[in-house]
Amino acid sequence: MTQPGTESNPLRVAIIGSGPAAFYAADHLFKQNNLVIEVDMYDRLPTPFGLVRGGVAPDHQKIKSVTKVFDGIASNPRFRFFGNVEYGVHVTLDDLKDHYHQILYATGAQTDRRMGIPGEDLKGSHPATEFVAWYNGHPDFRNCQFDLSVESVAVVGVGNVAIDVARMLCLTPEELAETDTADYAQAALKNSRIKEVYVLGRRGPAQAAFTNPEIKEIGELAGADAFVRPEEAQLDELSRAEVDSSKDRTLVKKVEMLQELARRQPTGKARQLTIRFLVSPVELIGDESGRLVKMRLVKNALYKTDAGTLSPKATDHFEELPVGLVFRSVGYRGVPLPGVPFNDRWGVILNEKGRVIDPNTQQPIVGQYTSGWIKRGPSGVVGTNKPDSVETVMCMLEDLQKGSILNPAKPSWSDAEQWVKQRQPRYVSYADWQKLDQIELERGKAQGSPRVKFTRVEDMLAALGR
Amino acid sequence: MKIENILATKGMQVHTILPDRTIKEAARLLLQYNIGALVVVDDTGRPVGILSERDIVHAAARTDAILAQKVSAVMTQHIITGTPHDDIRSVERTMTDKHIRHIPVMDQGQLVGIVSIGDVVKAQLEQYAGEVDTLQTQITQG
Ligand SMILES: Cc1cc2nc3c(=O)[nH]c(=O)nc-3n(C[C@H](O)[C@H](O)[C@H](O)COP(=O)(O)OP(=O)(O)OC[C@H]3O[C@@H](n4cnc5c(N)ncnc54)[C@H](O)[C@@H]3O)c2cc1C
Ligand SMILES: NC(=O)c1ccc[n+]([C@@H]2O[C@H](COP(=O)([O-])OP(=O)(O)OC[C@H]3O[C@@H](n4cnc5c(N)ncnc54)[C@H](OP(=O)(O)O)[C@@H]3O)[C@@H](O)[C@H]2O)c1
Repeated sequence: MTQPGTESNPLRVAIIGSGPAAFYAADHLFKQNNLVIEVDMYDRLPTPFGLVRGGVAPDHQKIKSVTKVFDGIASNPRFRFFGNVEYGVHVTLDDLKDHYHQILYATGAQTDRRMGIPGEDLKGSHPATEFVAWYNGHPDFRNCQFDLSVESVAVVGVGNVAIDVARMLCLTPEELAETDTADYAQAALKNSRIKEVYVLGRRGPAQAAFTNPEIKEIGELAGADAFVRPEEAQLDELSRAEVDSSKDRTLVKKVEMLQELARRQPTGKARQLTIRFLVSPVELIGDESGRLVKMRLVKNALYKTDAGTLSPKATDHFEELPVGLVFRSVGYRGVPLPGVPFNDRWGVILNEKGRVIDPNTQQPIVGQYTSGWIKRGPSGVVGTNKPDSVETVMCMLEDLQKGSILNPAKPSWSDAEQWVKQRQPRYVSYADWQKLDQIELERGKAQGSPRVKFTRVEDMLAALGR
Repeated sequence: MKIENILATKGMQVHTILPDRTIKEAARLLLQYNIGALVVVDDTGRPVGILSERDIVHAAARTDAILAQKVSAVMTQHIITGTPHDDIRSVERTMTDKHIRHIPVMDQGQLVGIVSIGDVVKAQLEQYAGEVDTLQTQITQG
């Protein structure tokens, strides 16, 4: 038999997930002019785009426009979308092996990392992952409850997600109306009584993970004054030396921007957003009913590790911060997929450059690959997934060359469609999604917002007449 | 970005060798696994050195009987170890400042990986490329 990749015998690839990593992988596969490749993309949701739809903040519409690039990729006639089809529920690895030469997992990081301190599960303590999915209208999280009647909130962590969460809590009703925040979340946020938002960094300003445009935005909010405590904006000696000798202009600028916030006076806006540094939560404390009322923080000092990182070390100074709500924004984490080797230490699929590895032999498993956050961990912007997916696709092409691929019994589009229909009669195609997209956009137009999202799978299917 | 993001795509196996093995054995391993360095560990698994291709070339320039020599005689003894939580940016600086090409990574007393200066540079370049790409997309599509 001839090697797949020809008109009569196309290379059939299944991609699980439809976030940036999935689309960039499909794109690079389609760019192989000498090969005929068909891509079937699966997502557990009826809607594609992963965190671009369900993670990226609703007031960051510009970055969401990357979906136009993804639309372009999906317009390739050899591309198919099977939405509302979950790997591990509707389809299994054995099924996929029956239909595809290569399988690529791009399922992202579906859960949160824990802090590992007492009180983490008190009522009022939530992972940022849930809050983010909730305000973005992710169907699995639309019923989450957050008590926005409290006055003070802490967000733990100083990454871009923490800043997103803090900013969303500070938006005015007018600002919210211009976003595609889920309707129930807009209603809840408009009634919020929150006055104080603290963002807690365990290291100093020079080690903050958030990026400069995010600080700028925080400083320009209509409804909140942003602050940094002057004493916490000052760099310790080690950080000072690091920044002074650094050629990294962005780092120098970051420190300057944070120090500028430290010089600000309150202007009387309804809310205050304070970024704190060199503090770690050590305990969340509740009242008799188990509701969070305050958190205990320890002051940290920085020391230099052997490899040169400035790391936090607890001192013996403690303080208490009264807060009714905590969002833990200390990172996402991947979850294992049934039948796929997992590297629990890093929370990723066990892989080498994107080739899934057999833990027993330490050798690549034929025909299985991974890319995106489930490959390298939850870090990087949308575009970072491009080089990452290209690396994986290069491995796929190299293995194809060597003839090291799966040998599916039914490698055809019509067989795959029939089988998916059997397993999930209510699967959603790309054309179906485009109908939903149109409806969402039109509903948005009617009320002057970018879109009004469907937030229930049932509503989406009903709109499609299923 | 942290060291763990580099290790996440490097499988689980860390290639090691005992100090009393020969350079010939070491060279075979380097070739077999297509890698540039081995972590030299004692019987308890504790890293005691690094043996890189470069170390071997240096030693070969000094002596003809290189292949029979012990790993311990040729390896770089002074090693700096890192942890998964080290920032890639800081590690890159340390490696450049101190002219180190490889850093074994320890987590709770266990050797969990090794990163090379190449890994560190690649991770930074890809991060940068990703940021540029995202900015461009926002300009052209937004
Ligand atoms: C809150 C937040 C805000 C962000 N904001 C920005 C930003 O403003 N700008 C920026 O550039 N980057 C931003 N990022 C980063 C960016 O979103 C990620 O880099 C990117 O989405 C990761 O892509 P991925 O494809 O690996 O995973 P994801 O985007 O998470 O996609 C994974 C997909 O797999 C699907 N899936 C999971 N399990 C299964 C299964 N079993 N079967 C079928 N399908 C499955 C999921 O439904 C999802 O659609 C943000 C990230 C977060 C968390
Ligand atoms: N606008 C955007 O471009 C945008 C928006 C959102 C997300 N993203 C991207 O998505 C990725 C994920 O973002 P993220 O914010 O989830 O992760 P992140 O950037 O890795 O930040 C995680 C933060 O949590 C802190 N942290 C971790 N463990 C902690 C602990 N036990 N106690 C206290 N603090 C702890 C980290 O501090 P240490 O540094 O000290 O470990 C860090 O400040 C990032 O690459 C981000 O840039 C981009």
